[in-house]
Amino acid sequence: MTDPAPAGAHRRVRERHGPSHYILPVWTGLVILWTIIPIIVMIVYSFNKSPNQRETFHWYGFTTYWYRHVFQIPDLTNALVHSIEVACASTLIATLIGVPMAMALARHRFRGRTLVDATVFVDIAAPSVVVGASLLALFLTLNIDRGLVTIIIAHVAFNVAFVIIVVRARIVGLDRSIERAAADLGAGPWTTFQKVLFPLILPGILAGAMLCFAMSIDDFIITEFVAGQTLTFPLWVYGSVKVGIPPQVFVMGTMIFVFGVALALINVYVARRAAKAETSATRLAAAAAAAGA
Amino acid sequence: MTTWRQRLIPYILGLPSTFWLTVFFAVPMISVLSVSLMTGNPEQGYSLTWHFGTFWDGLKTYNTQFIRSFEYGAISTVAALVIGYPIAYFIAFRGGRHKSTLLFIILLPFLVSYVIRMLAWNFLLADQGAILGTLKNIGILPQSARVLSTPLAVITGLTYDAIPYMVLPVYVALEKIDRRVIRAAGDLYASPSKAFMRIVLPLSSAGIFAGFLLVFVTNVGDYVAATILGGPGTTMIGNVIETSYLEDLNYPTAAALSSILMIVLLVVIFLYARTFGTEAVEEAVA
Repeated sequence: MTDPAPAGAHRRVRERHGPSHYILPVWTGLVILWTIIPIIVMIVYSFNKSPNQRETFHWYGFTTYWYRHVFQIPDLTNALVHSIEVACASTLIATLIGVPMAMALARHRFRGRTLVDATVFVDIAAPSVVVGASLLALFLTLNIDRGLVTIIIAHVAFNVAFVIIVVRARIVGLDRSIERAAADLGAGPWTTFQKVLFPLILPGILAGAMLCFAMSIDDFIITEFVAGQTLTFPLWVYGSVKVGIPPQVFVMGTMIFVFGVALALINVYVARRAAKAETSATRLAAAAAAAGA
Repeated sequence: MTTWRQRLIPYILGLPSTFWLTVFFAVPMISVLSVSLMTGNPEQGYSLTWHFGTFWDGLKTYNTQFIRSFEYGAISTVAALVIGYPIAYFIAFRGGRHKSTLLFIILLPFLVSYVIRMLAWNFLLADQGAILGTLKNIGILPQSARVLSTPLAVITGLTYDAIPYMVLPVYVALEKIDRRVIRAAGDLYASPSKAFMRIVLPLSSAGIFAGFLLVFVTNVGDYVAATILGGPGTTMIGNVIETSYLEDLNYPTAAALSSILMIVLLVVIFLYARTFGTEAVEEAVA
């Protein structure tokens, strides 16, 4: 059994697979179809020649009109701009404050570690409606006006947990001897961070930041509670469900989707290159250690 | 560098996040409790009177919505597991070099706004929409059949949203299983189904429970699916909290309902963390 089977034998085994062999792939295919159907609906209906500026489930024919007039509705465009502003600001802040915490959790022992761990976990698992309702209670109690600032505050509060977890996993997965080698070669903590650790965890930081951006631009429930009169893209869409959705909503949704896919693909590419760099860094560290010994 | 300065490093590194998580995540949980104990009205404002009655009134008035939320949450969680487990299994064991591509496709819905995804389902499930309209024209369904604004529509939406949250942790758990253990079971004459039941399934339980936690907690608190796909008979507790907080400006009732939900789900989260630890969930996120 442990001998590697010759290619011919392997093929023969494969031919003997019964119909049950195909249940899993067929099921996976069906569910993947189910998964992407709403995305297809969004993209297809963004080309729908629907009358009265209102989208329905009827198909009226193909047009690119809505793409050419995507910013025709000022309120909707404003909402999209708000969403992008909130996503950028909250991603930036969450990354700036989350990465140092991830380093502390991954590489240091300190009092309150367990409490931080627990808080981060609850932050990720907590239901949005509770997080939103609680933040609104805080803002009401302190008489803080709701708007873009409170939305950004709320988004940082849930995004920071994701940055911490993603970046910490990345640092924990790193070979410690690389940092030690740098220290042995006379690098101070800051130089070690800047020249060694940071380039290695950069893909992790970027992945965390992208996750933040995606979570932020998509968030509806928490945002609704802390938004006041300010509208973000999901809030605007939700508000117009009852009166009817203009096709531009689907155009913007498609644009965000295409942008997201492009970013994710770039991230995969960057991560692959970094993985290569890491192997060579590990080899260097090993060589340095060997030379030291 | 002196040692006390070195010891200070983690505290300095952790300070900004600790501040943010304390002020804007932990403290609000206490504010919501305090608001729930207030009395007053939207015109004259509310003040803290330690009025615990709001909790009982809320539970009494909205117990249907509470029970319904937990029902929908439970059904959609189990449905997501039944649908998602085989996919996670397929990707982990037979995905080959397409593993990351398949996972990427499973995660694609995250790149489309949740509200829009629910809207798309509203289109698909509409009385004369793509699915029901076709089935009615063929004659499989009677003309009067409808899915929209029934519990089925809401649970479909909730299950749909849950698939990636379920597949990911289960996949991570399956991926960690040492393949030699399964081969050993085969060598010891275990049938494939027995090997699955006795080896693979128990070894992937960490992923299953992580998926359960993520999906159940999210779906119990959801109200978007109920608003866009449901009707008057499918109102969930999230809808009630939303309406009383943002439309009726009845802050104490909304805060009390949210507190009850928070306490119940925090108990679920803590029990989970005590029993299973936090790794499975965190690995799925990372």
